Amino acid sequence: MGDVIVFVEHRGGHFPKTTLIGINAGLELAAKRGGSCSAVVAGEGADTVAAEVAKYGVAKVIVLEEPRLAHYLADAAAQALAVLVKSTGAETVLATATALGKDLMPRLAARLNVPMASEIIAINDDGTFVRPMYAGNVLATVELEGPVRIVTVRGTAFDAAKPAAAVAPIERVAATLDPAGLKMEFVAFNEIKSDRPELTEARIVVSGGRGLKSGENFKSVLEPLVDEMGAAMGASRAAVDAGFVPNDLQVGQTGKVVAPELYVAVGISGAIQHLAGMKDSKTIVAINKDEEAPIFSVADFGLVADLFKAVPEMVEAMKKVKH
Amino acid sequence: MKILVPVKRVPDPATTIRVLPDGSGIATDNVKWVINPFDEIAIEEALRIKEKQGAGQVILISIGQQAWQEQLRTGLAMGADRAILVRTETPLDPLAIARVIAKVASDEQPGLVIIGKQAIDDDSNQVGQMIAEFLGWPQATFASKLELAGEKCTVVREADGGLETVAFALPAVITTDLRLNEPRYASLPGIMKARKKPLLDITAESLGVDLAPKLKIRKLTAPAKRQAGRKVASVEELVAVLHTEAKVI
Ligand SMILES: Cc1cc2nc3c(=O)[nH]c(=O)nc-3n(C[C@H](O)[C@H](O)[C@H](O)COP(=O)(O)OP(=O)(O)OC[C@H]3O[C@@H](n4cnc5c(N)ncnc54)[C@H](O)[C@@H]3O)c2cc1C
Ligand SMILES: Nc1ncnc2c1ncn2[C@@H]1O[C@H](COP(=O)(O)O)[C@@H](O)[C@H]1O
Repeated sequence: MGDVIVFVEHRGGHFPKTTLIGINAGLELAAKRGGSCSAVVAGEGADTVAAEVAKYGVAKVIVLEEPRLAHYLADAAAQALAVLVKSTGAETVLATATALGKDLMPRLAARLNVPMASEIIAINDDGTFVRPMYAGNVLATVELEGPVRIVTVRGTAFDAAKPAAAVAPIERVAATLDPAGLKMEFVAFNEIKSDRPELTEARIVVSGGRGLKSGENFKSVLEPLVDEMGAAMGASRAAVDAGFVPNDLQVGQTGKVVAPELYVAVGISGAIQHLAGMKDSKTIVAINKDEEAPIFSVADFGLVADLFKAVPEMVEAMKKVKH
Repeated sequence: MKILVPVKRVPDPATTIRVLPDGSGIATDNVKWVINPFDEIAIEEALRIKEKQGAGQVILISIGQQAWQEQLRTGLAMGADRAILVRTETPLDPLAIARVIAKVASDEQPGLVIIGKQAIDDDSNQVGQMIAEFLGWPQATFASKLELAGEKCTVVREADGGLETVAFALPAVITTDLRLNEPRYASLPGIMKARKKPLLDITAESLGVDLAPKLKIRKLTAPAKRQAGRKVASVEELVAVLHTEAKVI
């Protein structure tokens, strides 16, 4: 009773930190429900990932074996997982709310004909969950009624799992797929390569907005600060829509949610959709020339200044702090 | 080709949302209601496909109350051909919404369901994927580019760390991301024409699908407000406080 299955996301054998966050949430949930927490891995590189994940406190790691799961596709993954969930009798299936988790889990819920709670931020003792709605302006306590419950967890709301004393056993399960239900084809993945830290994992995030005015300025003005601080780079929707930076840098209600130790917002007004993605950061700094900008209402330290003057100055000042 | 586009009525994204003191819902006085922004993108994409193919039909569907006609009329004014309002007095959960849309899709047999990736009120990001599973169709979520060649559809999706391309044969479900297109505004002639376009009004019960909510909202609360900090006078001061006070650099 109360068993939890955590879907482990990875790409070719490497998994993001968000995977360990999902595992930790799964462990917490299983403890509260008096059950055990298993992890399930599929796809190319699953063995490497399974061996690694086995160190983080789960009761068991299940490797789903089936050549057609080599590359993640929603229809195949949902099928395979549904069979596994039924055979194990798990109470909850959980994944981190990454692009992949969001793609897969609702499909799995429909296949099992059970409800789902998206992006939960807390697990209550009575089995209910807390999740944000309306761009984080409302917190809802929700209950899922069904033989199985599906949840995705918000990466910023839980810590990453830590290595445990015991290493979990690895079990191989041959996945059963109905070929008639496999209609999707993977064509390509165009990775946006960057030497900077991952946006959702970084200790410091420096984000730029429309105030930067061009992609060129992101490079010549903002990036030196990002790199001097050893930060990840983020952006507002306005900056992404204008083509200044790639889509996957968008922070906000409909982009990525981050909560680093330090978030620096440069030339960003602070619309509620942007705040939804960063207001849980530990320390927030805003640099904006408009002293009325709403971003200052959440900033711990606000600097009213022209960014084109302040940001280069900050790069110099950072160098001095470091030396 | 028929294209089915779900449309949700939501508070204007610029509205400040307040929770009612008893936690039973949100205050709706002074709320301006609009089409969910992602659904506008879905309507736009459907219209572009129809225009490019020079034939077809764009059908809107809402599951809501009488007042939702307003948003359906706006969608018709943008250029959609007809609309279906599936009436329910109680709000449904995403699973039931998906069942209703899947039922209508199996009656209408569209080549595509194009749907918003997320409703900006509940922020669930579930309905499109659920419809795809109920129908047994392929899905492409978070689409930023869509290409059709005969029965084959190729979609570029916004994934973490890059762009993924998937392909499949129609029929399929596509969920829209912000970069897919820029929705048009309804023109004045469009608004005039929309008044005469067919809007079918049926009850959710008449579809014979399970509507019972399984996702139950027990209560709503307002999140703790973050305290505003202070202004600093210069870059030197900023870097100094980050170093000595916040100790983050
Ligand atoms: C459905 C929907 C979803 C959305 N999702 C998101 C989301 O996920 N993330 C997101 O960020 N937004 C999102 N938005 C958009 C959001 O509402 C805002 O439009 C957007 O965040 C504004 O970006 P911005 O702050 O960069 O631009 P603006 O609001 O234009 O602000 C630019 C700021 O730069 C300042 N500035 C200009 N020049 C200088 C200078 N030289 N020096 C210093 N400061 C300067 C200005 O004072 C201003 O405050 C969404 C909107 C909708 C409708
Ligand atoms: N009541 C509804 N009527 C019509 N479409 C809806 C309704 N609720 C959700 N949708 C559609 O489902 C999409 C995703 O919503 P959600 O999964 O709730 O975030 C929205 O963009 C809408 O297109």
